[in-house]
Amino acid sequence: MTTTIDLLPLVWFGIIGFGVFMYVLLDGFVLGIGILSGFAHGEYERDIMMNSVAPIWDGNETWLVLGGTGLLAAFPAAYTVLLPALYLPLSLMLIALIFRGVAFEFRFKAERKFGWNTAFNFGSIVATFCQGVTLGAIVQGVATDGAQYVGGVFDWLSPFSLLTGVSLVVGYALLGATWMVMKTAGNLQQKAYGWSRMLLTGVIVCMALVSLYVPFLDGDYAQRWFGLPHALLLVPFPLAAVAVSYALYASVLRRSEYWPFLLSLAMFAVGYGGLAASFWPHIIPPDLTIWNAAAPPESQRFLLVGMVFLLPFILFYTGWSYWIFRGKVSRDMGYH
Amino acid sequence: MSLDPEILSRVQFAFVVSFHILFPAFTIGLASWLAMCEGLYLWTRRDVYRRLYHFWVKIFAVSFGMGVVSGIVMSFQFGTNWSRFAEATAPVLGPLFTYEVLTAFFLEATFLGIMLFGWNKVGPKLHFIATVTVGLGTTLSAFWILSANSWMHTPAGFEIRDGVFYPVDWWKIVFNPSFPYRLVHMVLAAYLTTAFVILAVGAWYRLKGTAHESARVMLTMGVGFVSIVTPLQILAGDLHGLKTLEYQPAKIAAMEAHWETERGAALALFAWPDAEAETNHYEIALPNVASLILTHEWNGELTGLKDFPRDERPPVAPIFFSFRIMVGLGLLMLVAGVTGLWLAFRRRLYDSPRYHRFLVAMAPSGFVAVLAGWITTEIGRQPYTVYGLMRTSDSLSPVAAPSVAATLVTFVVVYGIVFGAGLYYILRIIRTGPERRPDVTQSETPATPARPLAYPDESTSET
Repeated sequence: MTTTIDLLPLVWFGIIGFGVFMYVLLDGFVLGIGILSGFAHGEYERDIMMNSVAPIWDGNETWLVLGGTGLLAAFPAAYTVLLPALYLPLSLMLIALIFRGVAFEFRFKAERKFGWNTAFNFGSIVATFCQGVTLGAIVQGVATDGAQYVGGVFDWLSPFSLLTGVSLVVGYALLGATWMVMKTAGNLQQKAYGWSRMLLTGVIVCMALVSLYVPFLDGDYAQRWFGLPHALLLVPFPLAAVAVSYALYASVLRRSEYWPFLLSLAMFAVGYGGLAASFWPHIIPPDLTIWNAAAPPESQRFLLVGMVFLLPFILFYTGWSYWIFRGKVSRDMGYH
Repeated sequence: MSLDPEILSRVQFAFVVSFHILFPAFTIGLASWLAMCEGLYLWTRRDVYRRLYHFWVKIFAVSFGMGVVSGIVMSFQFGTNWSRFAEATAPVLGPLFTYEVLTAFFLEATFLGIMLFGWNKVGPKLHFIATVTVGLGTTLSAFWILSANSWMHTPAGFEIRDGVFYPVDWWKIVFNPSFPYRLVHMVLAAYLTTAFVILAVGAWYRLKGTAHESARVMLTMGVGFVSIVTPLQILAGDLHGLKTLEYQPAKIAAMEAHWETERGAALALFAWPDAEAETNHYEIALPNVASLILTHEWNGELTGLKDFPRDERPPVAPIFFSFRIMVGLGLLMLVAGVTGLWLAFRRRLYDSPRYHRFLVAMAPSGFVAVLAGWITTEIGRQPYTVYGLMRTSDSLSPVAAPSVAATLVTFVVVYGIVFGAGLYYILRIIRTGPERRPDVTQSETPATPARPLAYPDESTSET
């Protein structure tokens, strides 16, 4: 029985990792649409952009709630350390998400749309930036004592976390642009192709900067990246990044409609995988591993029983709703 | 004055949760009402039900949106401001919250998209299923969150090791002693909240003399509903109170401002509780009635606050008053239901302006009663987060007071803006009414083309 107990945190690390990854991908392109909406020309383009995600954004954001509560349930120490440590950026992210979320409802009801356009645009930018900062703050390490945070109010703030913040804005914008390529037609689609090319360049630069920065952070990243045998495990990630970005670039050039989006998702998968591999087996460096942060097995097991049935079901009906709203988006689809 | 992070965090939690609960309290009932309208439309094909559906679904969308965004804040509050509470209770409460996300949130969010945008994309039956599924989701959500909340009041099925609550029996945890009562009481409260809003809107249209057919449907169905459910809710509240007396006698003593343990205790209709002097000023009381209500015996014994150490008593005055506000509103709801029934019997339900004005005034009654009830039960849980086992003062995060103060002020400002805008849009939808397209009434010559709507049959209009 000891093996099952040791395996449980591993399984849960996989589930939480999957949930957060789903959030990054799904809300990533919705937030990307929000970031790009600042460059849209006129209400017509903004209508189309928002309509392309209006039926699904709510479900996408739910993955964030799953990430939060799942972390609390499966790795409580990670939850209780992370949230106080990132008190200010996370609170700011929540407020930004409030403005982004209500903008979907309010913008279509408002006569003067400027205020809610701004709320949608800035809400998306700020929420994304804060998520990027959070990621950077976790990578650079969080001061803990047991299951509680012992650092200062601004420990999260560093050149590295600001870099990851900006990187994520560029990255989500790429997801948004390639989503638009898939969901729009005509002028707007041509614009989206142009944005995709520029943003891809930006993402490559950001990924390179972050990758070069990481070994110079405290902790054993340098050892992991350049020391054998661990480096061998990490080598596939930069190689895959180069291959995917080349394919993505080519797909944009040949005006493919679906591949740019799918390859942007792949790009995120590579980046995410690379990060997870350089973390492993920590959930919050430098002290919390997936084993010492894990909830008691009776909690993890109780939740796993439901998770095994419910997660495939959720993925099924989420996929079904995407299928219902498939195809190019039109302006006249609202219920408003 | 130095800032105390505990007080600030409590105020912040109270603020964000009070704001949040208004929306679920409304949308739980509204989802069922929408399912009923759509079901009746499919069954009878009477256009009034479709119009009612498309009218209320807009209000639902705004309320639901505000519920979602304020709810996400809630799922982070436990970590940001109450991390020691989270550390101690995560093994028990974490899975309950996560089951709420898995069984309810995804269901609601995904099918809401189909409900709002799928009218022309899926068949009528499938669309109806989407509406019912959203309603199911809201109720499942209430199930899990009330289970978790009830566990904090009547913890069961656990053992404590090194200050952490470990689960032992999940059945006992989920179905802890106060949960069934709290669930019924809250779900009925949510239904009544919605019913009184629907009644007020119907009554207002009668007063204005518009939307005749829709208004009649709202009044008839609303009166039928509240005249049955209000008495049931009073019964549920009574049973809930008896359970509270069994598990949290100090809370009951504070709700009633009883200082002395006595037989045949009086029910204070009004008083000014003085916690310092341990007595009530200006008391107007009915002899023996408190004993009668709480023990169902004329001379039943009730434990007074003086039997509890001072540091184990909840604050008396706030919950003494909030409880009375809730009960008072419940009685007014009963009056509204009975009067409506009598008017309907006399065939004057649609033509009684005084009654309609009363109903319009009752529009916020459900919301106020829900808030008053939650204030009673949550302040009544003090000074504990997990009743009798974990103190609020030991539950706090290691965060600095200025951080908490800054976020509190921000939340107040942001919620003020968002809530203000949401309320404004809801009132505008109501003003436009179920019979007209908002675009047509706003401007006949729009600068941008009018947003075509999803209504399949625009030419139909009543009166």
